[in-house]
Amino acid sequence: MLGLKKKDATLLLIVIGLTMFAPFILNPFPDGSAMAQFNAGYPDLMQRFVIFGIFAIGFNILFGLTGYLSFGHAAFLGIGSYSAVWMFKLLSMNVIPAILLAMVMSGLFALLIGFISLRRSGIYFSILTLAFAQMMFALAYSVLTPITGGETGLQLALDDPRVLGASQTAGGNIPVPGLFGMEMRNSFDLAISSWVFTFNVGYYFCALILIAAFYLAIRIFRSPFGMMLRAIKSNQTRLNYTGLNPRPYTLAAFVISGMYAGLAGGLMASMDPLAGAERMFWTASGEVVLMTILGGAGTLIGPVLGAGMIKYMENIISKINSDILHSWFAFLPDGLEDFIVAIVYPFIGKGWHLTLGIIFMLVVIFLPGGLVEGGQRIAKWLKRGKTEDTKPGKSTEPAE
Amino acid sequence: MDAIILQILNGLDKGSAYALIALGLTLIFGTLGVVNFAHGALFMIGAFCAVTLSRIISFSHEVIDETRTDFLGNPLKVDVPYIYDWFGEATGAAIIDWSVPLSILFAIPIMIAVGVIMERGLIKHFYKRPHADQILVTFGLAIVLQEIIKYYYGANPIPTPAPEAFKGSFDFGAMIGFAENTIIYPYWRLVYFMFAALIIGAVFAFLQFTTFGMVVRAGMADRETVGLLGINIDKRFTIMFGIAAAVAGLAGVMYVPINPPNYHMGMDFLVLSFVVVVVGGMGSLPGAVLAGFLLGILESFASMRQVIDLIPGINQIIIYLVAIIILLTRPRGLMGRKGVMED
Repeated sequence: MLGLKKKDATLLLIVIGLTMFAPFILNPFPDGSAMAQFNAGYPDLMQRFVIFGIFAIGFNILFGLTGYLSFGHAAFLGIGSYSAVWMFKLLSMNVIPAILLAMVMSGLFALLIGFISLRRSGIYFSILTLAFAQMMFALAYSVLTPITGGETGLQLALDDPRVLGASQTAGGNIPVPGLFGMEMRNSFDLAISSWVFTFNVGYYFCALILIAAFYLAIRIFRSPFGMMLRAIKSNQTRLNYTGLNPRPYTLAAFVISGMYAGLAGGLMASMDPLAGAERMFWTASGEVVLMTILGGAGTLIGPVLGAGMIKYMENIISKINSDILHSWFAFLPDGLEDFIVAIVYPFIGKGWHLTLGIIFMLVVIFLPGGLVEGGQRIAKWLKRGKTEDTKPGKSTEPAE
Repeated sequence: MDAIILQILNGLDKGSAYALIALGLTLIFGTLGVVNFAHGALFMIGAFCAVTLSRIISFSHEVIDETRTDFLGNPLKVDVPYIYDWFGEATGAAIIDWSVPLSILFAIPIMIAVGVIMERGLIKHFYKRPHADQILVTFGLAIVLQEIIKYYYGANPIPTPAPEAFKGSFDFGAMIGFAENTIIYPYWRLVYFMFAALIIGAVFAFLQFTTFGMVVRAGMADRETVGLLGINIDKRFTIMFGIAAAVAGLAGVMYVPINPPNYHMGMDFLVLSFVVVVVGGMGSLPGAVLAGFLLGILESFASMRQVIDLIPGINQIIIYLVAIIILLTRPRGLMGRKGVMED
């Protein structure tokens, strides 16, 4: 199907299924029930799932395939956001030109930064990208205030000179981003008994782009170009000796992944037309690294899973407070209840970063392949349980 | 001329902090070959050692003071630190006043313990893994440490003052023959610089003049051969990790009066310290110190009004700009050895 092998086609179908039915899958608990707080099926969060999914897929093309660890990828996200908001201010509220400009601008910046940073590898490459991103963050925050809005961030105003379209709506409000008349924030609620499922235009728009981005990533992974990138990761010196120059390939991967980040930034601005410098801060770059590693670097579906998991934790775990904990453990005797709540409390609510840090460390230590490797191990273990005497096939290691 | 001296002085205290953190990072990298992203967290833990000690010694109980009354006419309740009861009021007050310098003694054993536990418990298992894995696991550890501190101490900066004797500033310009009130410099920053110079000197002397230091230097040059000579080099490297942690921690302790500590101060310094290490040259101790002071001073020069008017925003980016230029033109840094992490 579409030039994909059966396994990849299944993967693509899984992603299509997950994204298209997300409003159902993420809302498994009826409204008003005690578990309703675990529902993640509201538009804002679902949009973030897919947008960060795209960001992580792009980061994975660079880190997962070539092994170059960029610590400044959020810069491209920020550039994408700024470009998109400027397009809304100057051209029209249609999201298509905004997203295109976001990709072009981030691609150009990626070309420049990549061209310089890729002269070095390993830790130096990480530091160079980090330095560039921090520089852009500092400039966006201070000197470039006329372009970036500085501390308050770049926002739409009532007197924007919108060439194609009005600067104000008939009611005197700022118009909202849309796609040929469909406003991104429009939603349609479907109530089935006590369940309420929300279908949001913006979410489905992002989801379609995620599917396209995922399909492109599969094609890149399976292409000769992708093989070349893997070769760079496994042994760059040998590649040099065979007479190949790896630089154009890594640069291409860097630009592609920068454009993915710009796309994600543009989508972010399309959902909520606002861009701030904090999107470019290095902790934001760290976050996408966490997502990719957590899900499984170098795998196709891993980054999407990792992005979903981190965003879910950020929004859902951070909402649990001590009252909710007490109600969960209310069946225990009083002293024990307080004791367990006291133990669990640091890990939830405001402490979700602690949980994230611990999970991340455990993954790096025990599961370097991320959640995907965990899943594979479980699958293998289950298979071995069925057929006792089949020994696992010898894996062939490439000679060093 | 006086403006130049003022900027150099201003750069010294930040430069000292960079130099101390970068020195610790380089010690760890040079001995164990590990890129430690949790080093900023060690700096922060040091700072919170000072906060903790000042809280412990001002731990107090309520006493009714018969001589004074509150606005209702009742006898006034006064908080009296226990330390007043033990040492008398004058000595007690002096001890509380000097809590930050005293924290040095308190922080050294704690930091060495933290460092040794970190190395034995976690980082030991990552020697054979690629640098990217080391970065990632220590990055995770930094997040965890930072969140633990945030849980116990809250998210707001905690002001912890310097001793009364070192508060305020002095007129440095008048002392060396410039007009009065041109070069005003706070006492504590001078203390910080001298302290940093002392620590740096101590670390170098320790490596240069003791047998232990000699073995460590030999191990840095050729770990395998030292091991073959029957020396337990791993144990010494673990101790060096503890010392590096202590250096970062002490830098944090003394930095508390300059900047009230909060849980993310480590991360803020970490990024810059890495830049410093790279500029100085991976694995070169003098390089780290030199680059630390150099970048600190450059930063303060770049924030001069005249320079900002000339190139707007330069004060924000100067360090990164220098780092990029150095990395591209001189791959091994200012004083890096040939062949160490040069690719």
